[in-house]
This record gives sequence, structure tokens and C-alpha cells, in this order.
Amino acid sequence: MPKRTDIESILVIGAGPIVIGQACEFDYSGVQAIKALKSEGYRVILVNSNPATIMTDPDLADATYIEPITPAFVEKIIEKERPDAILPTMGGQTALNCALDLENAGILEKYGVEMIGAKAEAINKAEDRKLFREAMDKIGLENPRAVIIGAPEIYNEEGRIVDYDRITGLKMAMDAIEEVGLPAIIRPAFTLGGTGGGIANNREEYEQYVRSGLAMSPVAQVLIDESLLGWKEYEMEVVRDKADNCIIICSIENIDPMGVHTGDSVTVAPALTLSDREYQVMRNASIAVLREIGVETGGSNVQFAVNPADGRVVVIEMNPRVSRSSALASKATGFPIAKIAAKLAVGYTLDELDNDITGVTPASFEPTIDYVVTKIPRFDFEKYKGADDSLTTSMKSVGEAMAIGRTFQESLQKALRSMETGLDGLNEIDIPGLGQDDDRNVLKAAVAKRSKDRIRTIAQALRSGLSVEEVHEASHYDLWFLRQFNEIVETEAKLMSDGLPIDAEGWTYLKSMGFADSRIAYLTNSSETEIRRKRHEAGVFPVFKRIDTCAAEFAAKTPYLYSTYEQPLFGQTEAECEAEVSDRKKVIILGGGPNRIGQGIEFDYCCCHAAFAMDDLGIESIMVNCNPETVSTDYDTSDRLYFEPLTGETVLEIIRKEMSKGELLGVIVQFGGQTPLKLASMLAEEGIPILGTSPESIDLAEDRERFTKILDDIGLKQAPSAIARSEEEVIAAAEKIGYPLMLRPSYVLGGRAMEVVRDEDDLKRYVRDAVNVSGDQPLLCDRYLADAIEVDVDALCDGKDVHIAGVMEHIEEAGVHSGDSACSLPPYTLPVSTISQLEAQAAELAMALDVRGLINIQFAVKGDDIFVLEANPRASRTVPFVAKAVAAPIAAIAAKVMAGVPLASFELAERAKPRRVAVKEAVFPFARFQGVDPVLGPEMRSTGEVMGWDDDFGAAFLKTQIAAGVDLPTKGRVFVSVKDSDKPGVLKAVKRLEEIGLTICATSGTASYLKEAGVNVERVNKVAEGSRHIVDMITDGEIHLVFNTTEGAQSMKDSQSIRETVLKQRVPYFTTLAASRAAVKAIDALLTRPLEVRSLQS
Amino acid sequence: MPFLTENQEQIEATGALVLASGEVYFGRGNGATGTAIAEVCFNTAITGYQEILTDPSYASQMVVFTFPHIGNVGANDQDQEESSVNAEKAARGAIFRGTITPPSNWRAVDHFDAWLTKKGIVGLSGVDTRSITRLIREKGMVNGIIAHISPDETVSIADLKAELAGFAGMEGADLAKVVGPDAQYAHAEQNWKWDSGFTALESGDFHVVVLDFGVKKNILRNLSEVGARCTVLPGNATAEDVLALKPDGVVLSNGPGDPAATGVYAVPEIQKLIASDLPILGICLGHQMLALALGAKTMKMAQGHHGANHPVKDLSTGKVEIVSMNHGFTVDPATLPEGVEQSHVSLFDGTNSGLRVAGKPIISVQHHPEASPGPQDSFYLFRRFADLMSAHGAKESA
Repeated sequence: MPKRTDIESILVIGAGPIVIGQACEFDYSGVQAIKALKSEGYRVILVNSNPATIMTDPDLADATYIEPITPAFVEKIIEKERPDAILPTMGGQTALNCALDLENAGILEKYGVEMIGAKAEAINKAEDRKLFREAMDKIGLENPRAVIIGAPEIYNEEGRIVDYDRITGLKMAMDAIEEVGLPAIIRPAFTLGGTGGGIANNREEYEQYVRSGLAMSPVAQVLIDESLLGWKEYEMEVVRDKADNCIIICSIENIDPMGVHTGDSVTVAPALTLSDREYQVMRNASIAVLREIGVETGGSNVQFAVNPADGRVVVIEMNPRVSRSSALASKATGFPIAKIAAKLAVGYTLDELDNDITGVTPASFEPTIDYVVTKIPRFDFEKYKGADDSLTTSMKSVGEAMAIGRTFQESLQKALRSMETGLDGLNEIDIPGLGQDDDRNVLKAAVAKRSKDRIRTIAQALRSGLSVEEVHEASHYDLWFLRQFNEIVETEAKLMSDGLPIDAEGWTYLKSMGFADSRIAYLTNSSETEIRRKRHEAGVFPVFKRIDTCAAEFAAKTPYLYSTYEQPLFGQTEAECEAEVSDRKKVIILGGGPNRIGQGIEFDYCCCHAAFAMDDLGIESIMVNCNPETVSTDYDTSDRLYFEPLTGETVLEIIRKEMSKGELLGVIVQFGGQTPLKLASMLAEEGIPILGTSPESIDLAEDRERFTKILDDIGLKQAPSAIARSEEEVIAAAEKIGYPLMLRPSYVLGGRAMEVVRDEDDLKRYVRDAVNVSGDQPLLCDRYLADAIEVDVDALCDGKDVHIAGVMEHIEEAGVHSGDSACSLPPYTLPVSTISQLEAQAAELAMALDVRGLINIQFAVKGDDIFVLEANPRASRTVPFVAKAVAAPIAAIAAKVMAGVPLASFELAERAKPRRVAVKEAVFPFARFQGVDPVLGPEMRSTGEVMGWDDDFGAAFLKTQIAAGVDLPTKGRVFVSVKDSDKPGVLKAVKRLEEIGLTICATSGTASYLKEAGVNVERVNKVAEGSRHIVDMITDGEIHLVFNTTEGAQSMKDSQSIRETVLKQRVPYFTTLAASRAAVKAIDALLTRPLEVRSLQS
Repeated sequence: MPFLTENQEQIEATGALVLASGEVYFGRGNGATGTAIAEVCFNTAITGYQEILTDPSYASQMVVFTFPHIGNVGANDQDQEESSVNAEKAARGAIFRGTITPPSNWRAVDHFDAWLTKKGIVGLSGVDTRSITRLIREKGMVNGIIAHISPDETVSIADLKAELAGFAGMEGADLAKVVGPDAQYAHAEQNWKWDSGFTALESGDFHVVVLDFGVKKNILRNLSEVGARCTVLPGNATAEDVLALKPDGVVLSNGPGDPAATGVYAVPEIQKLIASDLPILGICLGHQMLALALGAKTMKMAQGHHGANHPVKDLSTGKVEIVSMNHGFTVDPATLPEGVEQSHVSLFDGTNSGLRVAGKPIISVQHHPEASPGPQDSFYLFRRFADLMSAHGAKESA
């Protein structure tokens, strides 16, 4: 059955901003889908509000709409583009829910748009907890014992559902508590990454999770499951075509038993502890699930729990779309699920499609692998003070790394190193509470806790004398995995007692268990360089094997590689290596590793563009990365792909291999964020050429003292600052510079541990609790420029010319981390003269730093003064946003400049200009982390970003708010509580809201100021003043907008309950003056004219 | 001291594999000690190692497992594929990348290493199985000798090579005779289910005679699953023996070795059975001999098909099924006589995977509809066979 010819154009819905539970895997799937559909000749229309994606590059889809993914906006796009079909299965839960809304509202029918990939009925059946259970009953598959609570619907006069009676829903759930028993798992319907749900061990937790689950579920429905804590958990990735051919791409086993969200679990592929009989039970069941749910074409994943005692299998849930797991399965096997799913959606059957990896076999087969894949989630709890860091059924991780090894131990240890958390393997970890005569119980309690460091804790407990069986009883980890950990721990002990291996075989043994040179060095009191030298002397080098979908049964033409250690064949010195290095000119691009706060999809975007640029120049591109969610780890993004941890050891071995033939022009370290950057000096020392800006220049910009000197030389200003290397120096510096003082440790990304302190007590607390200040780790102290406007400038430089790619005015004032701040390109309040000055200064600095490629400079503008905050001679987080706003592929151009192409040849001055106003807004995971104060500060906490694009600032900013899920009101009540210095500034905005017709309310201080200024204001109680206070009003839904700025620790603390409550109630809130004013502009825009949509290409 | 190489170098290892093409691999010996000579083939299945090693079709072969971790779930009494005493010795050797671990599975009763010893299978672990697989892919299946020695023994590679040189190989080998049963037996056990294990077929709608050339037990169980009581006869039984039992249908089983060799005595009998118009189901070796009986030819493949992920297309429905494959010989479709057509083809390489015969109630497939290990997508073939028997029965009684 060939492709459909009755449809010509297809609308693909993206996933929107990166949030917890929905990360760059949907850029990967979207890119694959768009490429696949375009190659079949369809006109592809895309909507996605996330500018940091490859998929929103203007040369990918035929019409790209960077617009909010809401039914209203998508309807406008449909009206304009009139697509024949809509593909909702590539953009995660966001796309699926949006498509369902369009269907339910009759919009798809109205415009004659067909849903392909998954029908509304199938989506409903899969996502609706009740329908899903009924479907499973029908095909004889077991579900966990459970009750479903759906809050009663509330209808309007026309009989449409307007809301749900969640209070009654909660009562129903409390009545059902006996039926299901405790502990119980609460799973809200139609939410992403289990948001709102959790594991309830007692009545209080039960009430809490049901309440939050009903609130988060758009249909106010929760499923309350019998707890299957401790059961084994599996996932099956299934692909089905319209001829009912079904294949399993990959099985995934969660090492963490049931109770931890699969996104937060350490997982392996393939499943390792099932016999064939059990595996086939699950295989048959997963195919039966797809058939019954009615997923006609495409990829889905089905999750199972298996009782380790008797093999009882129950179905947990299924996703009728590609998912994070399908990205993992694709990278783990080499089978491009999203690409194939897109082709199946337009009518192909599996046997009509090719397996790209082998080139000789069809896509209708089941990949089989001859290695083990381990995925470890990455958490950033330290960014969210007050967050509960125990793992549960609601996802909390912000990224993941994957590693491939020939054995489980090798892949596990490589995965641990890929995390970018400073691990070499199963590094020792402190278990608190030991040494008080109860060590066994302390250890057992530690391994029983569902924590982010559980595997290391288990290894530590084994080191401390707990037996494998004892750990098994406490943790319910499968014995097989525990024995594997134990073997690593025992080998480490042996290495410590016996010393280094004496022959090649001994080295190979250690290395093939996955031990890093650095770990061996640590265990034997040596240095990594020394270990590497000894290993090389013994003739032990890694070999590279191919990921080929077929365990070597067929030859693979795609160079998708991983490293491993093998015993060579007798008589040979090196084991079989399949790298097949080319004799071409080549460039190695080092990727960004796992997503985490401060380092996300933006850097992957840049790395992909570097690969595309090299391709344009006829240079072989070689990618090294370990993040399975990304486009960069797609086998067709670069010429060659090494799926490897970004550590010095692996990178050097790859370089050694690649340099054995052809000409390595250099390594690109400036595009992948901090991860590759930290390898730059080591590579330079080894004599490896670095492409573009030299490590020396990079270091120059990072080194405060040298940087200050450069600024002085070229006459640029910096805020008063100092560098302190001890607590005494910090206090002395503070006296000299004055408060408020901005403090940050050097060499950090995303503002880790960065803080503004306002007095000496605050300063002492910071030095005591937040950082280690030492000679090696100096602390940077800057005068905090209160109320200054922060500006980001991205520029390109080839050593001769400079092109200013974009000047971005931040909406939040200086002091809020640039990654968390909204910004506007072009600037929306700065005068033209200031902008020209900024451009001139940026150009001067780029030349002074001898930049070859990209540079990002942050300025603070206070009145007529311009201060340089920092300069980063590398790709910055804003590069993809700028590229979209000015319609020029600046990352790719930068890569070409790095390879020696003159900047002048791109004629950027003529063609790369902002045509409209582009606003970027950050999105935050606070709703997931109860107890965390959402007030913005110098430490970055956003997970992703959205872009609004329109003719004026108000409309563009409004679009960002809609895209970020903020529903700005045009009526109702606004609560205003601002610090004294903000009072004059907020007045005009408040008056405007009053004119529009909103009711203004405020607590005493702000109220009396506003009253005096002529605003008709309701005074409300502060929390401390007793009921009914402001938090009561927010809880009861009487407040529709909140402006809340604070200063000083006390007032921050007093107002925290307000911010927590607005988060819970999803009330729009703004914690800076500038953002509050921007919000009023946006509300104005909402009232003045209907918002229009426009594609980047138009 | 352990192994002594041809240039008198001593190698500290407890296991070795020597290939007829000259390569020598050293590793850890597992399972039974001693040597085993066999054809070396690979299998790409991730699960089901116990089923593979007890599949009588692997008689006189040793299996290189491409998946590195083999033995994780130990061994149990249920996942055995041999069906008669003679078939208890099937695969001779087993080669792994990883170390065999203690079992972790609720059904495990034995450590896999101990099980190998009990079965008399010589094992070797810690070698680069991927490189052996690639070698077989490039050069075709090779013969080899595998040795597992105790630490106080010395074995010279030259002796192993000499021993291997005496091995005749698979072509022309009638191995079905070796692993087939000596006498008739009955079977009425159905497929495994997680909650009830193997249940017995109570009465049954059909009576099937199975010619056992080294039958996998799951073929018999699948037959019982569709309501067939089985009477199993040795592969050298005559058509008269079969017909005397008045079966509703006949199954020609899988088995090891060269179809041409076993076919010497089996093919004439199969021709008589075809003439009887009884419904016939041929599987693997049975399929190949059925093809010979119909007048087609078989040939040796370069590397064979050994895995649980192979796509096969049913040409009658256009549907793709994922199947288990295990064969080194194949039916040459160019030699099919008039009236015999391909019913299934392998989508990996287009080789024949099934036949149908105009006007005859015959189903014949190269792959393994009984799975075990592997996907159960092709179970429908047993139902199809049952339907043929029903139709045939209706015709007879009409």
C-alpha cells in the first residue's frame, strides 16, 4: 500500500517549551517526522512555540509557525493554511491534548482536517483511565486493582461542560479509600509526566495527591491504583502499520522497581531478567493493547508491572504517540521510530520502508542488539530549595544520559560518567547516620529510600557490608542487578588491595567492566594521565562497534558507534574495530550531554548546525554526545556519530582513532555549552587543534582578573567588583563595593549558587552555607546594579569583521539570571543611541578577545551608563532564538567561520535583520516542586523557553504568556503588593488596569500608596493579619492576577505563601516590576485587536 | 598448564575455540569439560537461550549467542524443547560474550552453568562474539572445536586442530536419525500460561501424526492448543505406519542436518502421504523435505538464518509476521514445479519461507510457528492447519 495521494498538506504539532516530562525528544521526533513527510512530497506546516528547536528552523517545514500551541491559535493556522491532515503524535502530551481539543470543539470537522497517526477515539481510549481499563478487561489483560474518581461535570446553559466539581470529587475519593487500600498510587488523567500524582502512604498524603491530581487533570479525573511497590517495571516500544503489522522495537527494563516514574528511573535496554516465555506474554499483550486501543499507525509505548514472585503481569498504561521512551528506544537500537511512524501515518506499511542502518533490509523486523544500554536521569534538586527530593510517580528529573556498553557493567559505568555530575563510576557516597551502633538498619533504610543517588547508595551499602540479599529485601531491586553492582564493588576492592593489572589481559578485564581511567586512578592513588599512559603501554585501547539494529547479522552502512574493550583474537594485538575511519577532512563536534538547568536544547541546536555547516563545506562531521533525547544523536545529523560520554578519556580515544586516517581540522568545543568547554584546555595540552576561538581566549573571558584588564584596555566599564579567595577577603570586598552585592563562584553555568546578598549577615550565611571559597575556587563579588536593564548581545566575529546578530533587552532587571529572564529582540525601551553603543562595545570586545565564531556579551544599562557583566566567546543559550528572530542560521555561519570561511561572504548585514518583535519567555517547573519559592533570582531555574512573534511588543509578549500557559485576565481582580522602590513604577500600570475594568486590591502599604495616587483600591489582609487574608482569597479563586515584588529576606519569607498559592491555583503572577508592566501591555494587546498568526517563511 | 599454542606459547585460559578457518579464541570454559566439534552458527535472539540449546535442530552445531548476557534467568524444567530421550543431546557447544551469572527469575531451578554441565554442553565465555558473528557473516558457517579444560590440564592447539580436521561437517549428514525417537509416543500437553503452566488437552478435536525428525516440543504443544492429540512417530516411519493410525492430519517436524540426507528415506514416504490427500503441515526440515517430495531442490545457505526477529510475509494476506528462524539449508524457489507456489517469503533476503500446493491441503513453512523462543505471530498457522483438518474431515464424512 503506497503513500496516500488524497492528502497534500499536513500540520505537525510540536511540544512547546521544554518542561519536566517533555524535553528535546520531541524536537528529535518532530524533525524526523517533518523530514520524512517532506521527502514524500507533502507540504508540511508546523506549529511550535519553542524557538530553541531544530524543527522550527525555517528551512525544515514549508510553513513554520512559532505560535502558542493552543486550540485557538492552531485554529487560526488551520484557517490560514487549510491543511488536509493534522499529525498530533510527534509533540508529546501537548500536541495530543491540543488535537483532542480541536476535535472536540468541532474545528477539525469544520475545516475538513483529518487526524492522522492516531484518531481522537484512540487517544481518548488510551488516556482516559476508565476507558483504558475497560479496554484491557475486554482483551483479558489484568489491570492493577483500582478505583477511578471523576469529579462531576458542571454544565452551562448550552449544555457544555464548563468546569468540574472537584470538591465532590475529593469526597468521593475519600470514601473510596478502603476499597483500594494504602499505600496507593494516584494517577491523574491526561497529565504530563504524572503531574499532580504521587504515592500516598497515609490518609494525609492520599488527600493531598487526590486534591492536586484532580486540580491538574484537565478532566478532573484520577485513577487510584493498588500500590505495586517493588514490582518489576517494563516498557515495550511498539510500532504498528495500517495493515496491522506490529513490531516491537525495544523492551526496556526499569532497574528502579515500581514506585518511581519511568522518566526518573534508571533503565536498561533490552530487558535483562525475563525468560522468553515471560517476554512473549508481554510482547503479545502490548500488541493486543495497540489493537484494542485502536492505534492504527505509528509508535506507542506500553508499560507493564511484573510480580517478581510469580510473574503476574499487569498493564499500567500506554502512550498512543512517540514518547521519551521511543527516543531512547530509537537511539538504543538505531531504529528511527518517529521517522517510520510519520511514514506509516501517510499510508505506507512497514514492509515498504527501508531500514536505513543496513540499507538492505526492510523496516518490518524487530531490532536485536548485542550490547546493553543504560539510561540514567539527571536531577537538579539543588536548584529548587525546599523541593521534596524523594522520587515518586510524578516525574522530577530534568534530563537524561544514555550509555552503550557490551556488558551491563560497562554501560552502567559509562552512563554514570555521562551524567556531568562529576562521577567516574560508582563513586563513594556519604550515608548519614552511620557509626551509631545501628549501621545495618541505617544502611537498609538508605537503600530503601527512593532517591536520585540510589544506585550509588546501594554500592556504598554493599561496600559497608550489607549483603546482596539484604539490599534486595530493602530495595526490591532485582538480584541480578545487585550482583552486578556487587561485582564492581568487589573488583574495586581488589584493585585497591592488589594494585594495577600486570598485563594486557588484566587491563582489558578492568576496562571491559567499564572502569574509567580516572576511577582506576582514584582507587590506586594515581593520576588519570598516569593510568592512561600505563594502559597504553600495555597496548590496551578501546575498539568501536556499530549500532546496527541486527547484532551483526547484516553489514551496517551507517557509522553509528560506541566504544568498548574486547580481548583480541589470539595472535592479534588489537580487538576487532569497526570504526572504519575515513581519509577525509574532518571536524569533531562535542555535544552538550544530558539536559539540565542551564544547559538544554539550545546547545544541541548549535551542535546540529555545526554538523550541517560542515556538510555544506564538504568536511566530514563527527558528533560525540550521550543525550538520547537530542537531534544531534540522530544517526543522520552528522556523517559519523559516537554515542559516548563527554569525558577526557573517551574524547581522546575517539580523536586518536579519527586521527589515524584523514585530516582532523579541529574539534568544536564552543557549541555544546559547559560540557565540552571544560575539556578544551586538556585537548589543547594534548596538542589537539581546537576550531574557532582559542581556549586561551575562552579562558581570558572566564578569568575575572584578566578579563577586567582587557575591558580597561579598551575602555569598557564594569560594575565595581572584586575577587575573593577567602571568607575574610569576601567581607573586605563587600565593604569596598557596598551592598547589595552579587556573588557567584567562578566557572559555573546557569548561575549555580549565584546570589544577591543585602547585608553582612546575609553574606556570612552565604559563605557558610552556599559555597566553598578557596584559592582554587574564588568567589566573584559584583556590585548589584539595582533596577538596571540587562541586555544580551550575540555576535559573530572572524578576527577581521564583527556582525552583531542580535541585541536583546531583558524584561526582568539585571540580577535575574539571563536564562530566566524574558527578553525582547529588538529592545523595546532602549533608545537607538544606547543600542548603537551596545553594538559598538560588543564589536570591540569581540575583536579584543580575538573571537572566531560566536560570542555572547551581557550588559547592564543604568541610565546612560553601560556596564559589561560578562562575555562568553562561545554559543550561548540565546543563539537559536536570535536565529529565528533575525531569520539567519547564525550557528551554522559561526561554524563555517570557525572553519575559516570569512564572515563577509555571508552578507549578513543586508539579510539578517529582525522583521518583527520577537519576545522570549522562560518557563519554570515550580508547579511540580511544592514548597519552592518561585521568585526569580540570579540562579537559573527555568527548564525551557517560548517565543512570541508579532508586530509590536505587547502582542509578542502576550503570545509568550499564552504559550507558557499563563492566562492573562481582562476582568476580575488584581492583587498588587510591591516593594517601596517599585511603587512609583507600578502606578501607571495599575491605573491602566483600573481603566480596563479590573478591580485593584492590595495589602496596607501598597494600598495606601495607590489610594493616595488616586486608585480605587480594596485593602486586603496580609497573612499575618489573620483571616480572611490574601491567601484565602487566592485559594477561593477571587484573585486573577498578582503583581508581587519583594526586597529583603523577611519580606520575601512573608510573601512566599502568596506565591506558593498562586502557583497551586494557576493564577498569573509577576515577581518583577518590569514584567508586571509588560503584562499590562500584553493585556492591552489582548483587548485592542485579535492576534494574528504568521509563518516564518511569509 | 593450560593451552599450548602452535609456537609453544602457554596461554592461561580454561576455554578455547578453534575454527577450521584458523582463528583461535581463548576465554573462560563453562559447562561440561572436554571438547566438542560442530558447525559454528550464531543466534541473535536476546531471550530463550535454554530453548535454543535444547532445540534438536541444533544437533551437531554450536551456538554463538550475539547477546552478551546469557544465563540471567538460569534454567528451569519448563523451557526444554527436546521431546524424546534421543533429543536430549542437541547443541554441542555454546559461546558467550559475558560471564554467566547466578539466576534471577521466579521459575529458575538451576544455575545456567550447572545446567550446561548436566546437559553435556561445552561452553566458552569472555570472547568477542560479535567478531565471530561477523566472521560467519563474511565467510559463511564454519566448523569449529571448542574446549573446556580443567586448570591442571594441558591441551595443545595443534591437537585440537587435528581433531577438528577429522570432522565431516553437516552436508550430507542425516542427523534427524540421531535426535529422532526410537519408538512411537503420545503427546497432549498444551501451551504454557503464566498462571497454569502446561495444561493437558482433555479430549481434542483432531488426531495428528507427527513425524519426529527432532521435533521441538512446542510444535506438539501448539498442536494440542488447537485441539489436536498427537501421536509421534520416528522420522523413518513409513506412510503405511502413518495411515494405519488414521490421523486427521500429518505434521513433518523440524530437525537438524541436510534435508537431502534425511530425505533419502523420508521423501518417498512423504510423497505417498501427499498422494493420500491428508492435510499436511511441514515445518523447517519438514518443509524442506516436503519441497523435495514435491520435486523442488534445496541448497546450503552461506550463513543461514538464526534469530527471533525475522520478518516473513504471508503472500496470501500480505501481512508481515515476526518469526523465529533456524536453518542453514533453503528451498530454491526457482526449482518449484508446476502447481507449487511460494506462500511465504523472508523479507530479510527474499528466500523461501513457505509453500502451498494447488488443490492440496498442504501448509509448509521454513520458519518456526511454534516460536519458543521468539514471537508467536505465526500461531495462526496451527489454526489454519486445524481448519484444513476440519474441512478435510467434513469432506470425508460427506
